[in-house]
Amino acid sequence: MSIIINGSPAALPADPRTSLLDLLRDTLSLPGTKKGCNQGACGACTVLVDGDRILSCLALAVQYDGRHVTTIEGLAEDGALHPLQQAFVVHDGFQCGYCTPGQICSAIGMAAEAKRGIPSHVSEDLSADVVLTRAELQERMSGNLCRCGAHNGIIDAISEYNTEVAA
Amino acid sequence: MNPFRYARADDAADAVALVTAGGTAAFLGGGTNLVDLMRETVARPDSLVDVSGLSDEITETDTGGLLIGAAVRNTALAGHLAVRTRYPLLSRAILGGASAQIRNMATVGGNILQRTRCTYFYDTAGSRCNKRDPGAGCDAIDGFNRIHAILDASPECVATNPSDMCVALAALDATVHIRSLGGARTIAFTDLHRTPGETPEYDTVLEPGDLIVAVELPALPFSAQSTYRKVRDRASYAFALVSVAAALDVQDGRVRDVRLALGGVAHRPWRAWKAEAALRGAPATAQSYRDAADAELADARPLSDNGFKIELARRTIVAVLTELAGPDGEAA
Amino acid sequence: MSIVDTAKSAAQGVVQGVMSKLVPLAPDSWIPGGTPDPLIRHQHGLIGTEVSRLDGPLKVRGAARFAAEVPLDNLTYAALVFSTIARGRIATLDTTAAEAAPGVVLVMTHRNAPQMNAPALFGTSATACGASNLPVMQDDSIHWNGQPVALVLAETQDQADHAASLIAVGYAAEPSVTAFADAKAKGKERGLFFGQPLENIVGDAEAALAKAPHSIDRTYRTPRHAHNAIEPHAATIAWDGDTLLLHDTTQMVSSEAATVADIFGIAADQVRVISPYVGGGFGAKGLWDHQILGAAAARVAGRPVRIALSREGVYRIVGGRTLTEQRVALGAEPDGRFTALIHDGTVAMTPHNNMPEPFILGTRSGYAADSFKLSVDTVTMNMMANTFMRAPGESVGTFALESAIDELADELGIDPIALRIRNEPTKDPLSGLPFSSRHLVAAWRAGAERFGWDARPAVPGSRREGEWLVGFGCAAATYPYYRMPGAAARITLTRDGEALIEVAAHEMGMGTTTTTAMVAAERLGLPIERITVRYGDSIIPGTIMAGGSQQTAAIGAAVIAAHRALVAELLKLAGNDSPLAGLSPDEVGSEDGGLTRIDDATRRESYASILGRAQRDTVVVAEQASPPLEQMHWSMHSYGAMFCEARVNAVTGETRIARFLGSFDTGRILNHKTARSQFRGGIIMGLGMALMEETQFDERNGRIMNPSLAEYHLPVHADVPDIDVIWTDIADPHTPMGAHGIGEIGITGVAAAVANAVHNATGRRVRDLPITLDKLL
Repeated sequence: MSIIINGSPAALPADPRTSLLDLLRDTLSLPGTKKGCNQGACGACTVLVDGDRILSCLALAVQYDGRHVTTIEGLAEDGALHPLQQAFVVHDGFQCGYCTPGQICSAIGMAAEAKRGIPSHVSEDLSADVVLTRAELQERMSGNLCRCGAHNGIIDAISEYNTEVAA
Repeated sequence: MNPFRYARADDAADAVALVTAGGTAAFLGGGTNLVDLMRETVARPDSLVDVSGLSDEITETDTGGLLIGAAVRNTALAGHLAVRTRYPLLSRAILGGASAQIRNMATVGGNILQRTRCTYFYDTAGSRCNKRDPGAGCDAIDGFNRIHAILDASPECVATNPSDMCVALAALDATVHIRSLGGARTIAFTDLHRTPGETPEYDTVLEPGDLIVAVELPALPFSAQSTYRKVRDRASYAFALVSVAAALDVQDGRVRDVRLALGGVAHRPWRAWKAEAALRGAPATAQSYRDAADAELADARPLSDNGFKIELARRTIVAVLTELAGPDGEAA
Repeated sequence: MSIVDTAKSAAQGVVQGVMSKLVPLAPDSWIPGGTPDPLIRHQHGLIGTEVSRLDGPLKVRGAARFAAEVPLDNLTYAALVFSTIARGRIATLDTTAAEAAPGVVLVMTHRNAPQMNAPALFGTSATACGASNLPVMQDDSIHWNGQPVALVLAETQDQADHAASLIAVGYAAEPSVTAFADAKAKGKERGLFFGQPLENIVGDAEAALAKAPHSIDRTYRTPRHAHNAIEPHAATIAWDGDTLLLHDTTQMVSSEAATVADIFGIAADQVRVISPYVGGGFGAKGLWDHQILGAAAARVAGRPVRIALSREGVYRIVGGRTLTEQRVALGAEPDGRFTALIHDGTVAMTPHNNMPEPFILGTRSGYAADSFKLSVDTVTMNMMANTFMRAPGESVGTFALESAIDELADELGIDPIALRIRNEPTKDPLSGLPFSSRHLVAAWRAGAERFGWDARPAVPGSRREGEWLVGFGCAAATYPYYRMPGAAARITLTRDGEALIEVAAHEMGMGTTTTTAMVAAERLGLPIERITVRYGDSIIPGTIMAGGSQQTAAIGAAVIAAHRALVAELLKLAGNDSPLAGLSPDEVGSEDGGLTRIDDATRRESYASILGRAQRDTVVVAEQASPPLEQMHWSMHSYGAMFCEARVNAVTGETRIARFLGSFDTGRILNHKTARSQFRGGIIMGLGMALMEETQFDERNGRIMNPSLAEYHLPVHADVPDIDVIWTDIADPHTPMGAHGIGEIGITGVAAAVANAVHNATGRRVRDLPITLDKLL
């Protein structure tokens, strides 16, 4: 019974109450994933499980036996910032920095969803290829709250990253 | 959250056996609602049977419909090509709900069984709630009840069902496939959720040990001509104040057939049977839509803060039907 | 407010009264800022450029350790139990099940909590920062619905939370006031803000209103608001003997250390508060019960404690913005000139705090008028102590005033911008002081042009695109320039030209560390890469609260003073062999890694050379900022002109903001990148206030019913349009760097701009926030 966190296996908790979020923060000393509400209402705890973005606060860690979890700490390679992390710095996509890891993980998961053709609430044609317009990005990122009001910078950063990835 | 045992079910029979083995067990899907309710101590099961690994397939039925495994994730269902093209109201309803992260976790079975967002229901320490604590009383009726029911509420409970997906399923004449110790059976989706009456603690007609294993969508010739409109307090990631799921078949300027359901207005996803009856055969005009909405909402009863929902539901019904009728209907 | 508090306030008032009579009359040169800061003339340096946050890489990697993330050995986790009545006594208390629950280390209630002094109320001394002066868990009395009645420590958070749910509390309720109408019926008192009555009377405004050829007289209401920083309040706390270490998330490290020391009866230097990262504050990250309870429990248990509030916990024990009911009445001549300006009303407070949401602050210097009647009355309720929230006063006050001006413009048939410009004052309308820097008209004109104001629908409700009704609205924004006393800075300069700047300030996302480094680099004549900024630690000298948008000015003035001390010290070290020999500190400035005679660049010496000759590796200076007398000598404010395009769905009543522009006049902008974010952040919080935010306070029992980010709506990405921000960039000649703080002005005026745009779109005037769809159906 183990869960793979940023490529390394970790033991599942003995107490099934333990959320994936608390496992990361309290047991594995990976506090980059943030606890904003513990209610599934803010997105600060977003991590990627096998590439899908989920809320680690509502995830019981025991449910994720054998799954691959990527957290904010797993994005930078060889000490270099992930291009999206860099874009957040350049576009000032944060102020206090608390919602930031969740925003970044969420945006990476979002890009994969779009690639798979998953439409959104604002997609006019459900069958068409996904084009990540600004309105699409804003809708798809709406599960990640920001109280400092860095929304414009966040969307700018994600736009730039998506453009570069697509290019 | 109280301590509990955790077990993963290998299949539906195993799940049912585990959950009926004694104590206060509950099925666990994606956890997006149940884990929250447990943390708030609204739910206190002593064991969880994880059914999130059971059927997550979407298959065509012999009769041209779709059979959706209960463990299909909401995102997978909304993104499935057959759903997007043949049942757009279902895709749109799901995509209008929660956030992408939650949709990636939540299962179809779990979404169907999600519980009300009544804030008095959630406030275990400080508020009375008949749904949570039968016989305790209801603090919502004379409290903040802006999000509460206008149809079929009872003096015991004015809560609403918060699901978007369920509104579409109600409109689509879906069938719920149940597995229990006694075997398999089906329930019409519109019979699954209850009116609160004197026993609001029961959201549905399911008995202990009943496991939703699948949802079946029948073929509906005009379901491609359908949509879902959700009205809420912010642009995204909020529960519906009112929502409308509809499919409309207009020919020669008349409504040949229609499916219509409302969300945010009642203890259950609200199939608008009266409006549908009024619409069938009626001219596809704004006046017909208004008359149909009026017929449906004639029995609506406002609380102190939610009277606006009656007018909002009326307008949204008319707007959705007008949009679906398109150039075949008369301009509103 | 107790008699003692009133006496203190009165004493402070007398001192301030004397000063406020003398300082305005003093010559400019006696006043800080009387001579412009030389940095204002630096036009080609870092100031005024776009600099990315220095702490950015850390934050995007998730590597910034917030208060709940500090690792400590042998840590215990805390959970709280909150009262469910508004007033009364704990009648029964059964903790046996909790004590027996797995993992439980301690259950603390009023029965076994250590004796602690009551927190000193904010503002009652230079360092007092209690949000309320109620004793914490010292007896069985209940003062608000949500008060902590028990604390559980356990080995894990889940264990603590579960054990807390097992504690059974019975209450004996006593009569309480939890309805605003009942509170008003019990009587009002004039609000006191930092000891000064919230009242200004000039002439007979009611009489002027009665005979004005045109007038409006309206009531506006704003609900309770919650700050909702995404980082919940949290502290990681350890005792070492009688010394307390508090890893906190706070806007006031120094004041908090002093106040906590008083609570535990120990010396101020026995408490150290460290807060390098604050995950959003907005006024809420101060001293509340949880740090006190956490420290008490750590002492009783003899183990370190992490107390991280649940989101519900934040709502229950951290105060928000209180509700307001405001009347604005304006009398005007046919040409729009104001003859009467009345802005009064009532706010709710508790018997234990001193924050009467001062909604008239922005009105005091907003417009010229023949007569004024401004006041804030308070009533008391049994509720959580309300507190500062971003632009306390101005944010809700500008909603009322700027909505009313729009209503008057409608009544007069005058363009709302023209009406405002017509009433632009030439000096402070109440104090008569000159403005230090006021270019609001320029901001209006630049904003109107950029926004395309001339395309505003002339008739409300006349523009429709599909289902959407389109309208434009505008409003003035305003916030004072503040600089609080007590700031200090320490500079450590090394021989190899590195400088450490230490200030007891805070970084909660404003970009303070980055601008401090930029300004220090320019002031010291060093590259920014050679500057390190240390902050967020109470052992650093001085007190710099992250409040009142004053950090930039306070740090600026402290660094000016410390830099002057550094120059003096370096000149001393330089001695007679230096090209600078014989010069006084006033004749010398910093440039290119050394000191230079200001009017003769040939006389210079590098820091390395001075320190080398003196055989010193470092020079350390610490200095207090000058007293902030400039605020009594000039009328000092920031301004803005807000423009909004709102779209209201004709079917559903839903409002969407299509465009927003803030045109600001806030002195010189130091870091364009972080400043833009600050302005936008304020505006977005203003959009939330306009459209969706409300703390639901159940008036039957005083319980907050939406203690959740799911039910208290903040704007999400889809609610936030691209927000355009421009600025005059005209330096205030009387402030450090010519700058003003900009953290709060962004929220002011926004709700009015939205309400005015909604009116222009629909013809409907909403005077009760938030503007939810049910008010527009």
